[in-house]
Amino acid sequence: MEDILIKLENITFSYNSFPVLKNINFEVRVGDKVGLVGPNGAGKTTLLYIITGFLRPQKGKIIILGKERKKEKDFIEVRQKIGLLFQDSDSQLFCPTVKEDIAFGPLNLGKSKEEVLKIVQNISDLFNIHHLLERPIYKLSGGEKKLVALAGIFAMNPICYLLDEPSAGLDEKTKFKLIEFLKNYVKNCVIVSHDKEFLKEIANKTYYLEKDKFYKIL
Amino acid sequence: MHLEVFAEGNSFLHKLDPRIKILSLTVFAILCAISKGLLVPFLYLLFSLSLILIANLNLKELTNRIFSANFFILFMWLFLPFTYQSNPYIHLGFLKISLKGIKYALSITLKCNAIILATIALLATSTIFDIAHAMLHFKIPTKLVTVFFLFYRYITVMHEEYIKIKRAVLARGFNPKTNIFTYKTYAYILGALLLKSFERSEEVYKAMLCRGFKGFFPLLDHFKMEKKDIIFGIFICLIFILIFLFN
Repeated sequence: MEDILIKLENITFSYNSFPVLKNINFEVRVGDKVGLVGPNGAGKTTLLYIITGFLRPQKGKIIILGKERKKEKDFIEVRQKIGLLFQDSDSQLFCPTVKEDIAFGPLNLGKSKEEVLKIVQNISDLFNIHHLLERPIYKLSGGEKKLVALAGIFAMNPICYLLDEPSAGLDEKTKFKLIEFLKNYVKNCVIVSHDKEFLKEIANKTYYLEKDKFYKIL
Repeated sequence: MHLEVFAEGNSFLHKLDPRIKILSLTVFAILCAISKGLLVPFLYLLFSLSLILIANLNLKELTNRIFSANFFILFMWLFLPFTYQSNPYIHLGFLKISLKGIKYALSITLKCNAIILATIALLATSTIFDIAHAMLHFKIPTKLVTVFFLFYRYITVMHEEYIKIKRAVLARGFNPKTNIFTYKTYAYILGALLLKSFERSEEVYKAMLCRGFKGFFPLLDHFKMEKKDIIFGIFICLIFILIFLFN
């Protein structure tokens, strides 16, 4: 297995004529827990969307899991192996009930019904969300939504996690649980966050992204 | 999604008072729709084309729209020539194609395209907000105008919600195939779209209420009717009537 999971080479991206990323080089190796900080609108979420293939850079190479990814087809595998937690959980959850939402990912991976049910059980044990399983998504609170969204990604057992502001809007207790979870169960991840304490606990590398600037600070 | 591509521009038609544009388009649409034969609709089409030239619009975007609109007219061509009960017929194997049916379909095609082009040249060159504003000046009920404006505004919102859900689905490795799971997923996407749009509209409504919304949008800018607007209105309506009387 390759040592480098994600590698971006000279990525340049602009929305119409509005430049966001300029000649970015970025990599995630096995064991990396990368923190990504920077002001609003610096392009942090854009960077995650480029890795998952939702946005195509105007210039540069995307190499994920040892293969260069160019077309929509190449990214299907990427999305199955790299889990993206959206900034807004509302845009991530779309199934009628919590249970179905957690099951959606594993079903896409081609798992059988029994396997999927078992995964859902294990995950609800781990996240302590048994009481939520049958509830409709739109009746959850903000914090519950975040938890369910994370559970939905964890169910796919991705190689690497891309987490877009995972700690935003969580209370102290839930945040603590999240930190414990990320420490114990997540080996490789990229975390976009404004929460310095949170990053200090988890990240072993930190990058700073701002207009035209991109460098490692820790 | 950017819907008001044509409203960005600086031509004579862009600067015209929207009220005049709505009035002249109404005259045009009625006269064009009730005109007979092939020649008059053809002249109307030529006139609409010249309006488009004056408006100086993005041609690529324009052909896109014309193309999708004509897709519906295509159905007329599939049925009219074969079902019109009139002589003379052209025999094509077991099919009978009526010449009058073809003429009829052609006339409808010409009229439709003339009206579509005129609508783009006259109405799409104003922003929807200006159009809604102009509608208020014509004493169209405030509620109706507000509904029209919000309806339009929410097309973009719905589209944004759709893109978000699509990303969520793809992010978890969805790969559409011909099976029940795929259809079920599409149904979920549709259901979620409906629920989310509803939720979002409720939220926006609350935000509007917090800022003192009383059922209509207060206006900030007002139109100024100038001499050139009135002259254009009279001139263009005269041409419409002349073409109509040409037959």
